[in-house]
Amino acid sequence: MTVIDARPFLAIGIAFLAALLVSVSNKYPNIRETWSAIGSVTMFGVIISMVGGVLDGVTYEYTLFQLTDNIGLTMRVDPAGMIFAALASMLWIPINFYSIGYMRNNHEGMQTGYFAAFALCIGATMGIAMASNLLTFFVFYEILTISSYPLVLHERDEEALLASRKYLAYTLVSGQLFLAGTVGVYCIAGTMDFTPGGFLRIDMAPAWVLQLLFVLMIMAGSVKAAVMPLHGWLPAAMVAPTPVSALLHAVAVVKTGAFAVLRVLGFVFGPKLLAELGIADFLAWAAAITILASSFIAIRQDNLKRRLAFSTIGQLSYIVLGGALLTPLAFKGAYLHLVAHAVMKITLFMCAGCIIVRTHLHDISEMDGIGHRMPITMGCFAIASLGIAGTPFIVGFISKWNLAMGAMQAGKPLFVAVWVASAILAMAYLMPVVRMAFFKPEPVKDPRKYGSISYCMLIPICFTAILALILGVDPELFPPDFYKLCEMASAGITAGWGGGWK
Amino acid sequence: MNLGAHSPVFIVLLPLSASLLCLALSRLNKHLGAWVVQLSILGAFASSVASLREVLAEGGKSIHYWMGNWAPPIGIEFAIDPLNTSVLCMITFISLVVSFYSRPFLQNEDWLHYGGYYTLYGLLTVGLCGMTVTGDVFNMYVYLEIMSLSGYGLIALGGKKSMVAAFRYLLVGTIGASLYLIGIGYIYAMTGSLNMADIGQRIQPFVHTPLFAFAVACFLIAFGIKMALFPLHGWQPDSYTFSHPGAAGFISGCMSKVPAYAMLRYFFYVFGVHNSVMEALMNVLGIMGICGILIGSVMALAQYDFRRMLAYSSVAQLGYIAVGMALGNVHGFIGAVLHLINHAFMKCCLFLVVGGITYRYGEVNLYRLGGLNRKMPVSSIAVVLAVLSMVGIPPTCGFFSKWYLMLGAYEGGQNIYIAVLVISSLLNAVYYFRIIEQMFIQREASLPEIHEAETGLGLPVSMLVPIAVTGLAILFLGIYSSTLVTNIINIGLPEVLIK
Repeated sequence: MTVIDARPFLAIGIAFLAALLVSVSNKYPNIRETWSAIGSVTMFGVIISMVGGVLDGVTYEYTLFQLTDNIGLTMRVDPAGMIFAALASMLWIPINFYSIGYMRNNHEGMQTGYFAAFALCIGATMGIAMASNLLTFFVFYEILTISSYPLVLHERDEEALLASRKYLAYTLVSGQLFLAGTVGVYCIAGTMDFTPGGFLRIDMAPAWVLQLLFVLMIMAGSVKAAVMPLHGWLPAAMVAPTPVSALLHAVAVVKTGAFAVLRVLGFVFGPKLLAELGIADFLAWAAAITILASSFIAIRQDNLKRRLAFSTIGQLSYIVLGGALLTPLAFKGAYLHLVAHAVMKITLFMCAGCIIVRTHLHDISEMDGIGHRMPITMGCFAIASLGIAGTPFIVGFISKWNLAMGAMQAGKPLFVAVWVASAILAMAYLMPVVRMAFFKPEPVKDPRKYGSISYCMLIPICFTAILALILGVDPELFPPDFYKLCEMASAGITAGWGGGWK
Repeated sequence: MNLGAHSPVFIVLLPLSASLLCLALSRLNKHLGAWVVQLSILGAFASSVASLREVLAEGGKSIHYWMGNWAPPIGIEFAIDPLNTSVLCMITFISLVVSFYSRPFLQNEDWLHYGGYYTLYGLLTVGLCGMTVTGDVFNMYVYLEIMSLSGYGLIALGGKKSMVAAFRYLLVGTIGASLYLIGIGYIYAMTGSLNMADIGQRIQPFVHTPLFAFAVACFLIAFGIKMALFPLHGWQPDSYTFSHPGAAGFISGCMSKVPAYAMLRYFFYVFGVHNSVMEALMNVLGIMGICGILIGSVMALAQYDFRRMLAYSSVAQLGYIAVGMALGNVHGFIGAVLHLINHAFMKCCLFLVVGGITYRYGEVNLYRLGGLNRKMPVSSIAVVLAVLSMVGIPPTCGFFSKWYLMLGAYEGGQNIYIAVLVISSLLNAVYYFRIIEQMFIQREASLPEIHEAETGLGLPVSMLVPIAVTGLAILFLGIYSSTLVTNIINIGLPEVLIK
């Protein structure tokens, strides 16, 4: 059932309005931060008000204006879009409060521009999540690129400049490739509306054309999802302030890439066509190699944020690999991991930010005994680390279980081995941090100075860590019923085509 | 008397009479002549809008206005249809906006220069509007010369090096105009008519003759020179760079677009694209376009003078229009027309900002713009919008013309054009984001102030408003582009493209 409802645009509008209000209240920091806080809460309210309907099978749709003669700037809230929209709007609330604390405690400059760009990013992410066709998707994809650019550039120094150029080069190139692919798809199919199960058919064009289009569009998503060898921008973008890293690497940008890959796989090409073309296997292998290679690189990184960045690269490829397996459980696992990784990685980055603000330490080798003075921060870090490694009762386990089952369903047990190996590697690169923090003594010579942080920073961390636990124990406990949504999304994509076994 | 029925002629008549009176009025009072010219341009804009409404009310059929009630092919006629009225609205609107912008540059001039400037400015508007509205090939030549001569004048007013630039343009431009005249001669020899609609019918038996090929080649080169299509663009970077900063926005925005429009008019409405000669010509045009896009972008990358960079970028952008025409299908055509309008606003906006920087600081080196976002906030935001549009980021207008061009390219099976468009967008991104970086990130450059900041936003109001208006126009044209396409361009599609 489709209902005409402007709430999706309302959500985007709230974020953009918040950005505007933030930029005009330049002189009054408290009012400025109030705007983004109000914006985040109301936006979450708007999104959550649609969850019930989506779970009942309602699709909310609204066309704001026509982009071209027969393609509108249209939002359509389906289960897949709802997952991402609810996730991003939910995590905007803690990261927003955290940002306020971080920026003030760390005495960062350019705070107005920072908060405005932040709100724009979230608005664009909402647009991406709920876009109903490729062109609308592209519009917000580019808006996200442009509005996250000033965030990468925040420090305004030489390193940030280089990183931002690199970021822009990667993302703009990928955007243009996506556009070229979109044009091709539109000309072949005459439509570009996302349809569960895909709207392209094998008889629409020669196989090589379809394969070429697939490569173009997947490459676009893969750049933002940092699938190797297209990941170069992500570690470089670590120069940005930590809340930005949390946003970029947990919620907005990279997840957009993964989400784009899933949209293309499930809603443009569809598992059936991809199985006939046999091209998704290449994507699966690229993702598998990325998972392993990035984990090995992560072990060697001493800078905590860089280590987390490489961990992100690996975890995102879980999602891509899940999609590329084309089976119902794998899709479900991919969508679940979209949620799970966001919750866990945002916690990890926020912890890293706390460490930076209190001790100005960036390197793991200097963090001996840090947990004695920062027990809550490092406790949350430990929970999230275990989650990344896939420990049961933490959110990461559910998604990994489904992903592994999906691989079995596709008759490709080798990928299960990849996931197991990756889980062990994740233990190997995250657990030492926890061990050093709690079980090593603080350095006796030149004792560390601890700065202070506000509760603004600590509470969001606890919130997301507890969220990771709750979602790990009972993912259907409260409104954005992610488990059910993921199931619906994957059932829609693979309807009538079950892969290997049921 | 029904004034509305005469609106097509007012578009040209009002600015023409005002320009001719301008100097005499300026002798009386320095500002009077300028006001009259501006008022007449406002009148022309109103008439253009009236004509557009009239045409749309007629369901898009072209309306013919006979001068002095002499029936064509003997008499001269103005033919208005959705395509040229929308171009007319664009010209008169930009002309109006920029005419206010010029004022602060002229405040210290005496009556002769003040009046002279507005005389030339008015005549340039006359020439551009006339070329667009006329339905007579020889009449178009007259307006082409009016446009060119007043253009030379305005370029030469720019100071120091502008004389050489204007003279160079004069030499090259005259060759172009002469070629156009030769082309007309051949056409007249073949058809015995100077009326476009009439020629369109009478030329058909001749479309396979060498004579026709020669005439069309003359047209291609003539308009190619005037629109600065690669490799005929040699005059253009200097002219844009050194032209009068007050008029640069108008010159760069419209002066190359109207010849492009004329080319469109001849190729699609008069000659028709489905014959062997035209098809060969379209290939040539396409190659010129591709080379223009690539070489223009690369050359723009190498510039450090802001104006010169924009000039080379124009060469590239005109290449887009050429490519759209060369595709010869509906989407290509729509893309070309849309880009013609969009690019006029983008380039106008950028040149207005450059003019503003010149006005305040006398600086054109784009590596010395650090900290401009604090000093001139409105201009900086306008630049951001224009840059996004140049790169083709939705929802700014530049994206939509590119979208139609890509659709056209894919439908025509010309995948090379898609590749070129993608590469060109990325090159655009490289050289335009450089400016954004400079303005917003770099350390504040110490620039001597020539003019004090009159307002908190860095520029006099009469300069700020045009910048803001053109900047917003970029956004609005993007959001309303589907309206523009479905309600105006689609209705006025040439018959050759409708199967």
